[in-house]
Amino acid sequence: MLKVFVPADTTACALGADAVAEEIALQARNRDMDISLVRNGSRGAFWLEPLVEVEAEGERYAFGPVSAGDIAGLLEAGFPAQCEHALFLGKLTDIEWLARQDRLTFNRAGQVDPLSLDDYKQHGGYEGLNKALDMSPAEIVDAVTESGLRGRGGAAFPTGIKWRTVLDAPANKKYVTANADEGDSGTYADRLLMEADPFQLIEGMTICAMAVGATEGYIYLRSEYPKALGVLQQAIRSAEKANLLGKNICASGRDFKLHIRVGAGAYICGEETSMLESLEGKRGLVRFKPPLPAIEGLFGKPTVVNNVLTLAAVSTVLAKGAAYYRDYGSGRSRGTLSVQLAGNIRRGGLVEVPFGASLRELVEDFGGGTASGRPVRAIQVGGPLGAYLPASQWDTPLDYEAFSAVGAMLGHGGVVVFDDSVDMLEQARFAMEFCAVESCGKCTPCRIGSVRGVEIIDKIAGNENRSANLELLEDLCETLDAGSLCAMGGLTPMPVRSAVKYFPQDFARNNEAES
Amino acid sequence: MSSSNEATVAVVAKVIQKFSDVAGGLLPLLHEIQAKIGFIPKDCVPQIARGMGLSRAEVHGVISFYHDFHDQPRGEKTIHLCRAEACQAMGSRNLERHVKRRLGIDYGDTTPDGRFSLEPVYCLGNCACSPSIRIDDDVHARVDAARFDELLDGI
Repeated sequence: MLKVFVPADTTACALGADAVAEEIALQARNRDMDISLVRNGSRGAFWLEPLVEVEAEGERYAFGPVSAGDIAGLLEAGFPAQCEHALFLGKLTDIEWLARQDRLTFNRAGQVDPLSLDDYKQHGGYEGLNKALDMSPAEIVDAVTESGLRGRGGAAFPTGIKWRTVLDAPANKKYVTANADEGDSGTYADRLLMEADPFQLIEGMTICAMAVGATEGYIYLRSEYPKALGVLQQAIRSAEKANLLGKNICASGRDFKLHIRVGAGAYICGEETSMLESLEGKRGLVRFKPPLPAIEGLFGKPTVVNNVLTLAAVSTVLAKGAAYYRDYGSGRSRGTLSVQLAGNIRRGGLVEVPFGASLRELVEDFGGGTASGRPVRAIQVGGPLGAYLPASQWDTPLDYEAFSAVGAMLGHGGVVVFDDSVDMLEQARFAMEFCAVESCGKCTPCRIGSVRGVEIIDKIAGNENRSANLELLEDLCETLDAGSLCAMGGLTPMPVRSAVKYFPQDFARNNEAES
Repeated sequence: MSSSNEATVAVVAKVIQKFSDVAGGLLPLLHEIQAKIGFIPKDCVPQIARGMGLSRAEVHGVISFYHDFHDQPRGEKTIHLCRAEACQAMGSRNLERHVKRRLGIDYGDTTPDGRFSLEPVYCLGNCACSPSIRIDDDVHARVDAARFDELLDGI
């Protein structure tokens, strides 16, 4: 029996994958063909979605991008065997875009049935937890520290140090929380992982619980990801049945109960303390730090707050060893970065590579330039609070420190490409507008400054006292930067300032009208 | 508004029973009430507050903080249009103008026939194939004006 894979991933389905799966099933029945249809996750090669794969003689053959209307023609040409057809891409391993990546975290994505625990285990799953169960908590924390893993949510804080703090905090109860409130525009790596390989997150959280002594965990998932919710719920049930979650995990004498909580459409809840407030059932207002969540976090107890990809990476660190993971990367940025190519890009999707590659390499070699075919003008890296980079900065290596040195940030790895039709004044205005919409309201510079920012930019656009207003805008950015508790207000100036600094001509239209 | 009829009270009471002992259970409770009733009637706030051991202000504060929660009835279907940067880079500002004109409403509004509500959303995680919209739970990729009309006509 032939196995045919059609992704059930959000993007694949947004491009018609469900209709493709139905059509394949229907046509196979009509032709008395014995196939087994698997709804896998996506490989992250979204430019090829819906990407249909067929397993034959231990190889996977790829077809894409397939639409439901292509199925009859494909079958005529010999599908599901290899065949002469414009959509036949050859062996999956021959797709250069995928073959050139170093997939540590995303190696199973698309390969396995996301809901099959057996599939997960057959592809190296739970090797990390098995090792962790034979180690002391301190040994697990040391391995994570030695791996050089830093928080993938954007702040890049050393994971081992955070875990050590929670381990050392005396308490009758501790928590592990996964921040799956992936709100940055241009990012989808967490979603892809949760939909394609949910057990990896569950395993990572379980290892973390063993390391710090936590007995309960929460995944805080944004409500915009209903498919990920369904997959995670089923995966958690399977793990519970297999005694990989719940009481006395694998007869270790240790308990770990895992819950999912769904957010309610607030970007700020991706900020760790706001997320904790939301998990407690409150308004997502940012907390003062200290106390650090590692000391006083969820319900006042020591709490690990890590991004989905950070926790997932821990399974690799434990399974293959700290040195294996640390050997990838550059400078103080160790391991791999999951870059998400987005926006106006020809070959968009998830590219997992060691830290150190250049932005240009990613956008040009992997991305193939813009979708519109026009020249790239600006690239926003790191989400809505990240800088807009001009051409002169595209050779910056993807490395936390290198980005910081040019006044930018890697954040969660989102790369949004704009062609030369972009109006950078509009983008700066949007950054302020977004801050006004999503500010939790606690800090005045963020709550009110963002509204004033929109007004000032409108005046600049209207050529009203332009130079004085540009000066005022810079002054306002300084106030937001220095006077906000969290990154929302603190980093909103980053896209604004970079737009003004590197694209000044967009702030000087109608110059001749200036009096 | 007198939506707090007996049926509503009974629905809310049942949901409260489910979540009153759940740590930090207010968000899941509100999600479930909204899923069952379509919105969170203002008249239910005192009942929720009593049941969860909170003040009415706390409950109202949470409902009003989160974009997902609504205290007014919604359209049969909710259309979420992504306003974030990746979609902007692919022409979502034009799409936004078209959608508002076609539906004849602005963000936060419901069409007079009660069929559609329009909401902004800041990222649907579909950023490699922008612009994106979500109609109820279904995300659609590479949506331009023509594709939007096609989707709307198909409903």
